[in-house]
Amino acid sequence: MNLDIPELSLIALIGISGSGKSTFARRHFAPTEVLSSDAFRAMVADDENDQSASKDAFEALHHVAAIRLRAGRRVVVDATNVQKHARAELVKLARAHDVLPVAIVLDTPEAIAWERTEARADRDFGRHVLRRQQQDLRRSLRDLGREGFRKVHIVADPDDVTITYEKAWNDKRDITGPFDIIGDVHGCRSELETLLTTLGWRLERDEAGRPVNAVHPEGRRAVFVGDLVDRGPDSPGVLRLVMGMTAAGTALCVPGNHEQKLLRKLRGRKVSVTHGLAETLEQLAVEPPEFVDAAATWIDGLVSHLRLDGGRLVVAHAGLKEEFHGRASGRVRAFCLYGETTGETDEYGLPVRYPWANDYRGSAMVVYGHVPNPKPEWVNNTICLDTGCVFGGQLTALRYPEKALVSVPAEKTHYEPVKPLVEATPARDATTLDLADVTGRRHIRTDYGTVLVDAENAAAALEVMSRFAVDPRYLLWLPPTMSPPSTSRLDGYLEHPAEAFADYRAAGVERVVCEEKHMGSRAVVLVCRDAATAARRFGVDDASSGAVYTRTGRPFFADPALTETLLARVRAAATPAFGELDTDWLLLDCELLPWSAKATSLIKGQYAAVGAAARAALPAALRALDAGLDRGLDLAALRDRTAARATNADAFTDAYRRYCWPVDGLDGIQLAPFMALASEGASHAARDHGWHLEHCDRLVAGDPDLFRRTERRTVDLSDEASVEAATAWWRELTGAGGEGIVIKPCDGLLHRANGKLVQPGIKCRGREYLRIIYGPDYTEPRHLDRLRDRGLHRKRNLALREHGLGLAALDAVAAGAPLWRVHELVFAVLALESEPTDPRL
Amino acid sequence: MTISTTHVPATDLGFLLVKHPDRVQSFDTTGGTAHVWYPEAGAERCTVALLLDVDPVALARPSKGHRSPDSFSLGRYVNDRPYAASSLLTVALGKVFRSALKGASRDRPELVDVPLPLEIKVAALPCRGGAAIVERLFGPLGWTVTAEPVPLDPAFPAWGDSRYVQLTLTGRQKLSDALNHLYVLLPVLDDAKHYWVSADEVDKLLRAGEGWLPEHPAKELIARRYLANRRSLAQSALERLRAADELEAIAEPPAAEELAEVEAAERRKPLVRYRQEAVLAALAESGATRVLDLGCGSGALLLRLLADRRYTEIVGADVSSVNLQLAERRLKLDRLPERQRNRITLIQSALTYHDDRLAGYDAAVLMEVIEHVDEVRLPALERAVFGHASPATVIVTTPNIEYNGRYDGLAGGHLRHDDHRFEWTRAQFAAWAARVADAYGYGVDLRPVGEDDPEVGSPTQLAYFRKAA
Repeated sequence: MNLDIPELSLIALIGISGSGKSTFARRHFAPTEVLSSDAFRAMVADDENDQSASKDAFEALHHVAAIRLRAGRRVVVDATNVQKHARAELVKLARAHDVLPVAIVLDTPEAIAWERTEARADRDFGRHVLRRQQQDLRRSLRDLGREGFRKVHIVADPDDVTITYEKAWNDKRDITGPFDIIGDVHGCRSELETLLTTLGWRLERDEAGRPVNAVHPEGRRAVFVGDLVDRGPDSPGVLRLVMGMTAAGTALCVPGNHEQKLLRKLRGRKVSVTHGLAETLEQLAVEPPEFVDAAATWIDGLVSHLRLDGGRLVVAHAGLKEEFHGRASGRVRAFCLYGETTGETDEYGLPVRYPWANDYRGSAMVVYGHVPNPKPEWVNNTICLDTGCVFGGQLTALRYPEKALVSVPAEKTHYEPVKPLVEATPARDATTLDLADVTGRRHIRTDYGTVLVDAENAAAALEVMSRFAVDPRYLLWLPPTMSPPSTSRLDGYLEHPAEAFADYRAAGVERVVCEEKHMGSRAVVLVCRDAATAARRFGVDDASSGAVYTRTGRPFFADPALTETLLARVRAAATPAFGELDTDWLLLDCELLPWSAKATSLIKGQYAAVGAAARAALPAALRALDAGLDRGLDLAALRDRTAARATNADAFTDAYRRYCWPVDGLDGIQLAPFMALASEGASHAARDHGWHLEHCDRLVAGDPDLFRRTERRTVDLSDEASVEAATAWWRELTGAGGEGIVIKPCDGLLHRANGKLVQPGIKCRGREYLRIIYGPDYTEPRHLDRLRDRGLHRKRNLALREHGLGLAALDAVAAGAPLWRVHELVFAVLALESEPTDPRL
Repeated sequence: MTISTTHVPATDLGFLLVKHPDRVQSFDTTGGTAHVWYPEAGAERCTVALLLDVDPVALARPSKGHRSPDSFSLGRYVNDRPYAASSLLTVALGKVFRSALKGASRDRPELVDVPLPLEIKVAALPCRGGAAIVERLFGPLGWTVTAEPVPLDPAFPAWGDSRYVQLTLTGRQKLSDALNHLYVLLPVLDDAKHYWVSADEVDKLLRAGEGWLPEHPAKELIARRYLANRRSLAQSALERLRAADELEAIAEPPAAEELAEVEAAERRKPLVRYRQEAVLAALAESGATRVLDLGCGSGALLLRLLADRRYTEIVGADVSSVNLQLAERRLKLDRLPERQRNRITLIQSALTYHDDRLAGYDAAVLMEVIEHVDEVRLPALERAVFGHASPATVIVTTPNIEYNGRYDGLAGGHLRHDDHRFEWTRAQFAAWAARVADAYGYGVDLRPVGEDDPEVGSPTQLAYFRKAA
């Protein structure tokens, strides 16, 4: 006996005790699919036969079943289920998760069941119990279908059973495209012909010259989002063509609410003949009855939504929220046909729609129609293709996977809309971020690995993000933290390029570029061609034309006017790059100088204060020591040490002073760009640093007063002379007060070794500069030896995790991913930055 | 630090301190090594020097199991402790000159209670509040005070003075008193202790302050700062001090610094109360029972809501987890009876994000919240509050900038709080409220809060939004 079972279903095994349910379940299902009441009784009460624990056991069982169904996993309930109320719970559960309930009845004779029960030592109930169960079962059998079970299988011989899983009707994941997905046609046959031709389809016509099929030379397949009929001039013509295409296998189609209503009318149901149905009926009246019958049968066979291309694409007439993808139930079908409404009506008497797409967070692209819009807009990886052709708008197709939109204009206004198309929908809101997108403990999957963000780090990031950061729509990327090299053992040094080179050599990198590290503050610059571009591309319409933000996403300047002045200068220098990169905006990674521009309060409160205290304390100490020495006291060693400390303190003061100079507005501000991270449609992460620096050099050439060049040396790590030259350069730079250098793989940010990303950069700071970080006296051997013990593992790991998130954010921006996804990634970088690490690294 | 005397014979200082003038001695102490020697040791004048050679590396390492909240701040590693006269120095002082501090001397017991001519120099004394406060603390004790401010950086004269002074104290004092003055007042001036203040600090303060602290006019300030601003500890210390001078029937007036703070708080206080009253009145008028306090801060309004039984469900939301902890403590959530406890929930939320947990309530209060959000981000807040959470009633209060001229020091466009991103005139607020009401289907009613000045209006303005039927 073969049992057909829908792939995703809740299967209730029904049978009296001893009927062999557990054996059956073991034989036909995976152990994790089977939820047995005995097992749950044991779980909650340590005894699988403790009937007093049944209530708790079923509560737990239903809970687990719900979790599995929510995740789209099969559930097999192994319990007697002979009573109606027990089964009702299961049907309810299945419906709540929009899966089909299936009943498998093990109709084992009571005598055999009793034999088995007697053979088991742990079963001590009397035969009357079995008899009662058997009565219950008998009474139930004929009602199972009415109770809601979509399939009922009665098994007389459990040994002779095979199970076949039926794919859901909506499961067309094996059809991978490419597709041309076509919006609401509404009887506009002529425009449909034009659109198909524009898309490269060849129409096939019958002897009367009517199109009956279309074929694409590249084997593309059309997908219609429904609402082929009503309102327009030739609904039968559209049906004829699309029916022909589906029959020929060149098209798929989901039903729209208009097909649904037409079908009800054709089947003789009472429906109100409104919204253009009258026109269709009139047009069908002149068609032969066979055609009308065929159309009705065809509509009846349409599946309300389709999952395509491995589940990456979902098509439904009115769209579909994620939890309904692949599910089957009345409410899923209703959602597909009518969408979700709030229950209110608007001033035109039309139902107010719930903007489900704003909440959509699924990875599958959802393409739909139903609501006419002046032009299609992406909202969270969903798009509505109804551009109101019948109302005089356009007929639109989406090419998948290219994501290209192709439209043809309506030949005329075929039907007057109830409300004007331009304001047909409220401004859709793709910019709304949900707290659930960022808070709590989260595993974030990217092409570069999975990153865990802890709840408390997310909480800290939320505070910074919501109170201090720039508009999230401008926040495309945050710089990852950067690790120093392995600690140097060289006398007097904590960091030295030799270790950085060795680190990269060990990671399998052959060529690196050493870039001068400017001592200022990190600044990310997003510059748009103008405020209109910012409003169009990023949706920020406060007249700003971009943003200049710090490593935690805060605006660099408190005064927006100053930001705009800086952006104007950047824009002027970047205009050639706009043309060359075919973009209206550019994302630059820079250092903004001087350090004191942003960090004055830190410098004064921490660094200058230390210098002042040292200048006050040490000379006085030296005077007292000298006086003691004059008295012949044994103070020579302490005096020498104190004198050295005074020298160190001066060196410390010199170190921070170099990075401070007064600024007034933009006067004195310098910007040192070193990467052009992204532009429209492109992440430049894969470009090598030569490309990036060349673009940056052009900015410098364009405005040498504002921009500062980043000096660099390319190093072949297998060439000693090349390595020595770079080391000498580092010594020279840092000797003259430079902060140090950053060493990066020449290939750019995507350099991998053994399949893993390597550190995108290693900073190698100068000996004098490090006084600011490790304290004035860190170079003293007695301190240095202890400071060398610094755990780098955590920092390196953090740098790589943040780097991966940053790359994914740039990819997401390039792919036009929904805002919530970009924000999730950028937010995660900020959250990771709040992890405790040694701030000196 | 040096201590000199011109008592004759001056070298008696050595006996009192139990440190031989011709020897250099070193002691291990918290944070480093203390060195003691005598730069001069004549019969007319004798000077002892105490130098604490701080080990900055050891200092920066958090001791096991005792990780302070700032374990990972850079300030731990680069700081003034190796140079400044901080609590580390006073700990060394307490250890090196222990018997002198107690006023004990085996060799010169007769000198212990004799005021000696003393001169004390501290090379780099950090003091919060500037040089004036040094005079306020040491002056009343009979010292002649010279405090030279140290410039922050001579290369940047515009940066002004640092918080360090070079201190010279001269006067006739018992040596033990002088040492105790330093022992207590150096950390008080620094106002940052290197160790966590525990309960026995109170006893230490009382012991070291015996005989001089109860009469000191700035004793509240001293106690508060010495105990690292731990209010409850500070209070118990003050209570014990008061008990010590029981005879005084009238409480000591607060020190000037504190007085100013109290006055500032008092000045603002009526407005806080008016504002709460106005918000509570509007809430009552709305008939709401399930209410949101969005941006609840440390829970001042929540406390009032909790006291009113008509509110059956109260949610306090704030983006700051510190604020939420404060609110939890203030509301004593862990001690509320279950029925009360179940009425209130505190959640972290951010008003520029949609938060499903905030949907479905009767009313939301945004009391002094919107001005903490960048003006360009307000549309996101409007969507989240009016569009998404969408309670029937929304009550918003915000400062009226026109009134700022009525406050001292707020003329010339100054805002009332560092974190205020904007403050609006009445017209600006009215325009905003009207636009939001229109966009989200609310009606709005604007009300003054506090004294309604005929010219500039009230200090706070309130908008009462009701969803249109």
